Amino acid sequence: MKVPVRITVNGRLFEREVEPRLLLVHFIRVFAELTGTKVGCDTSQCGSCTVLIDGVSAKSCTTLAVQADGANVTTIEGLADGEKLHALQESFWNKHGLQCGFCTPGMILASHELLRTNASPSDDEIRHGLEGNICRCTGYQNIVRAVKDAAEATAAADK
Amino acid sequence: MFAADFEYYRAGSVAEAGQLLAAHPGAKLLAGGHSLIPLLKLRLAAPAAVIDIGRIAELRGISTDGDGLRIGALTTHAEIAASDTVKEHAAALAEAASQIGDPAVRNRGTIGGNLAHADPASDLPTVLAALGATMTVKGSGGERTIDAADFFTGMMATSLGDNDLLTAIRVPSAAGRGNAYVKFSHPASRYAVIGVAASIGIGTTGGGWMAKIKGEPKETVCTDVAVAIGGLVPKPLRCSAVEAALKDQAPSEPAFAAAAAAVSGDLGDDLLGDVFASGDYRKAVASVYVQRAIEAAAGRVG
Ligand SMILES: Cc1cc2nc3c(=O)[nH]c(=O)nc-3n(C[C@H](O)[C@H](O)[C@H](O)COP(=O)(O)OP(=O)(O)OC[C@H]3O[C@@H](n4cnc5c(N)ncnc54)[C@H](O)[C@@H]3O)c2cc1C
Ligand code: FES
Ligand code: FES
Repeated sequence: MKVPVRITVNGRLFEREVEPRLLLVHFIRVFAELTGTKVGCDTSQCGSCTVLIDGVSAKSCTTLAVQADGANVTTIEGLADGEKLHALQESFWNKHGLQCGFCTPGMILASHELLRTNASPSDDEIRHGLEGNICRCTGYQNIVRAVKDAAEATAAADK
Repeated sequence: MFAADFEYYRAGSVAEAGQLLAAHPGAKLLAGGHSLIPLLKLRLAAPAAVIDIGRIAELRGISTDGDGLRIGALTTHAEIAASDTVKEHAAALAEAASQIGDPAVRNRGTIGGNLAHADPASDLPTVLAALGATMTVKGSGGERTIDAADFFTGMMATSLGDNDLLTAIRVPSAAGRGNAYVKFSHPASRYAVIGVAASIGIGTTGGGWMAKIKGEPKETVCTDVAVAIGGLVPKPLRCSAVEAALKDQAPSEPAFAAAAAAVSGDLGDDLLGDVFASGDYRKAVASVYVQRAIEAAAGRVG
């Protein structure tokens, strides 16, 4: 059985016939040809597949493409405004919030979710907010600094 | 990992979900997918058909009526955790929902899916057992309600039949009582190693004729004590020994500690354990979590 779906990824509409068992992460990587979204654990633990579905974070390895039919999906490739990086991308760069970079797309989208629900989180709240994302390189210290920095930069820009 | 192939149907209403269930024997309902999709990917489940109920608007939302809270089965953990209505009427439920997994899991997982899945390491079954919730279920024979005590029948087993759809959860008003949920999270999965929910009222006792003659003051005591534990037992367990030990006792640290110690009698010796936390270990720390839960619940009365 194939099911027609219409999924908008980073503003671009993809209309495809998919098997119902197709995971959203594979729709993004194979059909939309955007490979920023990673498959790490494939068991909903590591968060490297995190994307936004209608603005809200979700693990795309634990979401079927058919569940996102009609939705607007944002991946790491859709966060920047043209050449201008998103505040989180800027701060992960400035604060060395990444080493190998494998966890980074998911980490940044999970951080996006955190700042959506809490614009000025404490260090503790940042650590809790990123509980579903695993990084095997950084030891997290610089990730926490980066998120804090992005929150402050966003607050300053809004003033 | 890829699931085995299945047919996919999307229900637009509760009535349509019922028709699809009747037309496709053995089909699985899909709500948030955060328990079902992992099972499909591991091929521990391989249904011929999946019926997506995730878009049925009438199954979503939180409201109150005279006797308490009504929560639609598709309401997400994130919505429950953020709801001021839930915090006011059933603080323990909001507290438990806010500790499920991680934010992305809470954005998609639903209360109905959590209860229907009935994982012993889940949080919400324990809370609903302590709060005396009832489940509203729609089956081929119409609508019926099931008490939380009868809903969970064993490890990952409920009294839901093949054609049943859980539509809503009702939580009686906790007016005058305090309630709380305390959890020992598995550090990696964040599922409950131990979870304890407590609901406690505080009232006065004494004042019998002898006390009146002697002019003795009435005593403040714990009333309406309900405590449930999960994580180390196949299904949520009401702790009747703890409840009996605390009832009519003045709320004090020694009374809470003595009541919490009684949990070993409720638990018995045949407990769930794994390589991370054996049954014996869980039993040894259970009383600590029971004490924290009853103290927190008692502290919220008023
Ligand atoms: C990484 C991770 C961490 C997690 N951590 C926790 C945790 O700490 N604590 C916790 O409690 N849970 C945890 N969960 C589980 C999570 O809460 C799930 O969301 C929940 O158990 C299932 O809800 P769902 O909406 O995703 O259901 P689904 O996966 O869609 O469905 C689960 C089962 O319920 C059935 N079902 C769903 N809705 C209904 C209905 N309305 N009527 C009848 N049957 C129905 C389905 O057929 C299926 O068998 C975790 C999950 C993940 C992936
Ligand atoms: S790949 Fe999805 S959570 Fe790890
Ligand atoms: S930077 Fe390598 S996993 Fe996080």
